[in-house]
Formats: sequence, structure tokens, C-alpha cells
Amino acid sequence: MFNARDKCAIAGVGFTDYSRDSGRPVRSLASEACLKAIQDAGLSVEDVDGFVSYNFNDSVPAIAVATELGVPAAGFAVDFLAGGNAANLIVLNAIAAIEAGLAKTVVCYRAMNGRSGFRLGGGREMAAHGITQFTAPFGWITYPQAMAMWCRRHMIEYGTSAEQLGGIAVTLRENAVLNERAMQRAPLTLDDYMNSRMIVDPFRLLDICLESDGACAVVVTSAERARDMKQKPVYVSGGAYGGGPQQGEDLFDAIRWPDHAHNYSKYIAADLWASAGIGPEDVDIAQIYDCFTYSIVMQLEGFGFCKEGEGGAFTEGRRIARDGALPVNTHGGLLSEAYIHGFNHVIEAVEQLRGQSGPRQVEGAEVALTTAGAMTCGSAMVLHN
Amino acid sequence: MGYNKPLPYPNSETKPFWDACRDGILRIQRCSDCGTNRFPPTGVCPACQSDRSEWIEASGRGRVFSWIVVRHPVPKDVYADKVPYVVAIIALDEGVRMVSNLVDIDVDSVQADMPVTVRFDKVTDELTLPVFVPADGADRGS
Ligand SMILES: [Zn+2]
Repeated sequence: MFNARDKCAIAGVGFTDYSRDSGRPVRSLASEACLKAIQDAGLSVEDVDGFVSYNFNDSVPAIAVATELGVPAAGFAVDFLAGGNAANLIVLNAIAAIEAGLAKTVVCYRAMNGRSGFRLGGGREMAAHGITQFTAPFGWITYPQAMAMWCRRHMIEYGTSAEQLGGIAVTLRENAVLNERAMQRAPLTLDDYMNSRMIVDPFRLLDICLESDGACAVVVTSAERARDMKQKPVYVSGGAYGGGPQQGEDLFDAIRWPDHAHNYSKYIAADLWASAGIGPEDVDIAQIYDCFTYSIVMQLEGFGFCKEGEGGAFTEGRRIARDGALPVNTHGGLLSEAYIHGFNHVIEAVEQLRGQSGPRQVEGAEVALTTAGAMTCGSAMVLHN
Repeated sequence: MGYNKPLPYPNSETKPFWDACRDGILRIQRCSDCGTNRFPPTGVCPACQSDRSEWIEASGRGRVFSWIVVRHPVPKDVYADKVPYVVAIIALDEGVRMVSNLVDIDVDSVQADMPVTVRFDKVTDELTLPVFVPADGADRGS
């Protein structure tokens, strides 16, 4: 279990514009976000000695960013071959490195030309090698198709409805309307949702996250050092990474997973809350990985905000709205802000806890949950100011 | 034009499965030590870690565990002629699951737990795909 409660903090954040066509190499996006994060912390490149990122062979290695920025001693440069499940893992990895003395101040980032370059939702190769030979030949190819299978199972077991999923999309859009960096800011109604095109039943177009070009970065350092830096530190009090049994050979392969109505969150929640020394009732805001509307439902249950099967009902009655009991994805999420593979959730949590979120600021936000992942494995953190 | 959809590339572990499909037989692995059935094929039994296994003939009967209806084709040029189609996770009577297509059914009539049986569709000289159809007596819709 994570045993570094409050020993490290996020001291800086940086991000690029989010767009459909950046017109730039991914490395350039990564470097911009990382440099902004370093400068936001009041540091210069000489103060940084680590870079950690994750990608699906659609980005640049950590060392490429360190090289472009002229970092003299980037000793801890690490890349995870992973999806959104790693969006909190890279921060936990930076903390592990700092605690072990492998680095002092680490920049974590995710950069992608996810719309103009390699599109994760766009399908896979026609030659089905490995485990894919048992999925792709049946036309089961894209992430929306994969995740729709999980959503259906939840509907079968618990009666989760299209109206509940639509309510999530509408609520997150409300937040994006207030967010100047969000890619989708036009107000949305439940009718708009219900009338949006069915892509892969049970998912309509508006159940599915955006595709984005952009990059996000944060600076992680010891709490002691963070207190001497420019910004109010945001402490990492808890963290967890993992999943359940029989996760399969890759993110897509969940043939052997015990029950698709429940995801990784149910398996890491106990460690997460124990490591932070608090429970879900203590959370002020939650930035929950929303590659699809449905993944929020599953994680609300898994992390214990409600009972198993009650996630759909939990989202009703504006409970997850900005003025509700548990504001969720106050930036608009992957559904309406941008799809920077979940790392934009960390940026939003930090800005909220610093009180820098402008018109979408949740007053008095002190404790935030950030989560990453939707299927068999994932990561999460508890942050506080 | 030839078959343009994804083709499985069998390896030494999976070839017996695909070979059997060509003969109209649905095969799964069984651990020779503890008897646990497993699919997809692997080298080691996750229940007892034995590396001894044999292929057994499955009944071909199962139930719909979950399903989706693909309406937007991806890649478009490959699946435009197939949508809407059903992909289902089938829970076989032998206690393992398999992903396949559910065919010969109205796509809006699929139900959880509905009984299904395997059917073998030859798509090329080398490849026969195991697909599933509603079992006798199950509601196929209109
Ligand atoms: Zn065994």
C-alpha cells in the first residue's frame, strides 16, 4: 500500500491549448506543457531531474522532452506503455522515485495528437495476432465497442438507463461551458443526448469522449521543497494502482474478467482510502476518468460513493453537478473539456485545490479524488491543499 | 474482391482451435491435472499452474453474457456492408467465455442469458469462424 502520505506534493501545472489539429509534433506539445509546469512552480530546468510519461506509441519518450528543454541532469526518465489507466500512476511513480532518492523533482506529462495523429478510437490492424485473434475477426475492434460491452452488463444487472448516462453528459457539459480551455462549450440538453447518433448500442455519440491534440504536465517534488516554491502545494495523501484477477493480455482483452459490471476501482478502493486515511465521504470534488459516460457510474460504485448497482441513481438530481453534493469533473472531463488521456483531470484537481478555477471554482474545495482507468486496471489519488 | 475483415493469425497455442473450427468442432482447453477448462488458449493453467493440457470438444451451447450492436462501422470501408451487427460475450456451458457474433436474429431482440448454439461460417479456404445463433425455441425477433 502507498505509504508516503503527504510526503510529496504537486508544485506546478502546465498545459497547451486543446485542439483538433495542433499542427505540431507531439514532442513540441510535451515540451511546452512541461516547461510551463516548471515555470508555474517557480523553477528552472536546472531544478528538475526526472520525467515520467505514458503512451501507446503515440508520443515521445521522456528523454526527448528533457533534451529539447536542455535539462542538464534528467536522471530519472521513464516511459510507461499504458493507457489512461496510468494517468495517476505516473505521479505515484514520481513519488516512489523521490522517496527512494532516485530523483528530487520530477515532471509528469501526457502529450498526444489524439485527433490529428494517432486516433485511439480508430480501430486496429486487420491482421489479428495474439489475443486479438479472438476478438477482431468478429468486428470487435474499437474502444467504444469494448466499453459498451461493460456498460451493457451493468444495465443487465442493475437497470442503468440511457437517461442516467445522458444526465452525466449534460452535467459535465455545464462545467465545460464555464471552462475557457474546453473544446465543447455549447450547452447540451437531455434531448440532444437522446437524439445523438447511436454509435455502438448502448453508446450514443455523446457517451463517447472527445479526441484531442494537446499536452498536460505537473511538477512533483517533496512536500518540504514544495513549501518553498511559488504555488500553494497540493499534497498527495493517498494513491493506488492495480486491478482485479484475470485482466487479460491487454486493455482490450477482458474475456476472462470476473464481471464486467464492475471495474478496477472496486479492487483498489480499500488501499486508496486507507493510504489517505480518509473515506469517500470526505471528498469535496472528484475528477473521475470518463472515457465514456458509463465509466463514471462504475467508479462511483467502486470507490464507495454509493452501493454497487446504485451508480446510475447516484448521478441523478444534480448530485454530481458543480453545485451538488459531489461535484464531478468540474472542467467538463474527457467528454467535454479534452481527451488528454486522463491527465487533464489532475490539472483540474490541482487548480481547484489552489482556488484558481475562476468561474467554475468549487468554493472551499479542500480534498479531491482523481481517478484513471475504466476497465481492468487503473490508478487513483487523493489530493488536498 | 476477397475477404477484407480481420483474419486471425494462429500460433502454436491457438492453431488447434482454428483447425477444429474448419472441421466444424468447437474446442477449448482442459487442464490435464486439475481439470479446469480454459479459453483463450494459454500454456499454463491459472488454477494450478500445470503446463499439461488437452483439447476437449465443447458442446457449442451457451448463453449471452453481454452484447453490443455496432451501428457505426469502424473501419468504415471494412464494416459498412455489415452494420448493424451484434458482438456478444458468450458464456459457454463448459464455464468459459468466448467473444463472437450473434447472427440470425433481429439485432434489437437480443436478451441477456438467452440460450445460443454455435454455427460455423466458412469465410475463406483457411478460415472458418464460430458464430452463434439463438438456440431452438429462443425468440429470434421479427
Ligand atoms: Zn489446472
